[in-house]
Amino acid sequence: MAKAKARAKAKTQKTSRPRKSAGKLILVATRKGAWIYRGGHGAWRADGPHFLGQIINHLVLDPRDGKTLLAAASTGHLGPTLFRSTDLGKSWQESPRPPAFKKQEGGRTVKRTFWLTPAHANEPNVWYAGTSPQGLFRSEDGGVTWNEFSGLNDDPQYRGWMGTEQDGTPSGPMLHSIIIDPRDPKHMYFGMSGGGVHESTDGGKHWKPLIEGMEVVAGFDAKTVSFHDPHCVRLCPSNPDRLYQQNHCGIYRLDRPSKIWKRVGKAMPAKVGDVGFPMVLHPRDDETAWVFPMDGQTVWPRTSIEGEPAVYGTSNGGKSWKRLDQGLPKNQAWWTVKRQAFAADRGAPVGLYFGTTSGELWTSRNEGKSWACIARHLPEIFAVETAELG
Amino acid sequence: MAAKILIASPLRPYTDADEVQADGVTLGELLNDLDARYPGIRFRMIDEQDQVRRHMRIFINGEPVKNLAHPIRSSDEVSIVQALSGG
Repeated sequence: MAKAKARAKAKTQKTSRPRKSAGKLILVATRKGAWIYRGGHGAWRADGPHFLGQIINHLVLDPRDGKTLLAAASTGHLGPTLFRSTDLGKSWQESPRPPAFKKQEGGRTVKRTFWLTPAHANEPNVWYAGTSPQGLFRSEDGGVTWNEFSGLNDDPQYRGWMGTEQDGTPSGPMLHSIIIDPRDPKHMYFGMSGGGVHESTDGGKHWKPLIEGMEVVAGFDAKTVSFHDPHCVRLCPSNPDRLYQQNHCGIYRLDRPSKIWKRVGKAMPAKVGDVGFPMVLHPRDDETAWVFPMDGQTVWPRTSIEGEPAVYGTSNGGKSWKRLDQGLPKNQAWWTVKRQAFAADRGAPVGLYFGTTSGELWTSRNEGKSWACIARHLPEIFAVETAELG
Repeated sequence: MAAKILIASPLRPYTDADEVQADGVTLGELLNDLDARYPGIRFRMIDEQDQVRRHMRIFINGEPVKNLAHPIRSSDEVSIVQALSGG
């Protein structure tokens, strides 16, 4: 019954009109600074670099006020910090208290703030941040100051699931994919690489793993939370009871109230497989999603498969996938797309945007049917977000 | 106790100068005062566990110092430098 209700809701929202926009932004975070692309309709103006030389892990616009930007920054030498703009990037102020663990015997150190999520629409100044190593932080003043959130960072069980830095990715273990249910600010999810997907229904007081159905590397026990490596988890804007996930071990879908992820990536072509990092969802159709598969064989090259990059899209909830590579290089293109570097706008048709590890910014104005390059020769792109003004 | 502090180039956006003054009878106090004058600068070189960050180094009169309780005299010259690591 719940499923049918959700389908009906999604159908209703699919046919609803996207709102008119005064302009679009593409927010690009790179290994050497940030860029803001302004425009739309195929014409984009580059504004940047902002913070030249700084590693920007995430650049996000607050959709609740349409003007506050947060940028998570660090450098090769300096510690992490966070910059904030309230005029769409014309000027920036540094956070006087960025995310940091409490000082204690054996205490941890934030290496970088990796993920930023604006909270619920009814909590206008609240933001959440995920860090490397895994930590969850909250700001209640629009990103100016930050505190540890929910007791999670010191919870002995969670610390065990987080593991040590040796257990994390080559870029360090990280907490990411912080998701707030648009119907209920107390209903939250996040992912950890490694450490699984987790859910709270009481505003972060308690968390529970949500890993059933997710696979782990062959030979390991899927019941062990710390073996799970969700790369990117997304909640359908048109149906908050549906989530998709790109995992180290496949592409998954979850339809609540079920707690069992279904591996929909099995329907991907066998020679492509379902390994990748990003996952992007349609804003009005919960059956439509896009991924960017990569080479995850042997030593994990983390390149496009056989040097032939392609997006794959589904329009039936993952029952089948279609290769979408028109306009992309046909061969010898050995880049890939990181977990935060693929985004969708709310247009009709939906515009898609991804940034590559080789510093190219690509867009599709027709939901992936064809692609055009917006920018080349940028530094390695870590994150791409879109925003609409007005 | 005022001391002269030489600032590494990555931190100069905070100070707009390669040499500044700060007060304190220990290195920790000196860095706290530096942060009061140039907000945000301390956390970029000292982490939340009060350790000098991995790729940063602090020298007092040419000697490397990691202990924030190290005493400071007014004649001391404190140098904050980044390690010679690239990438």
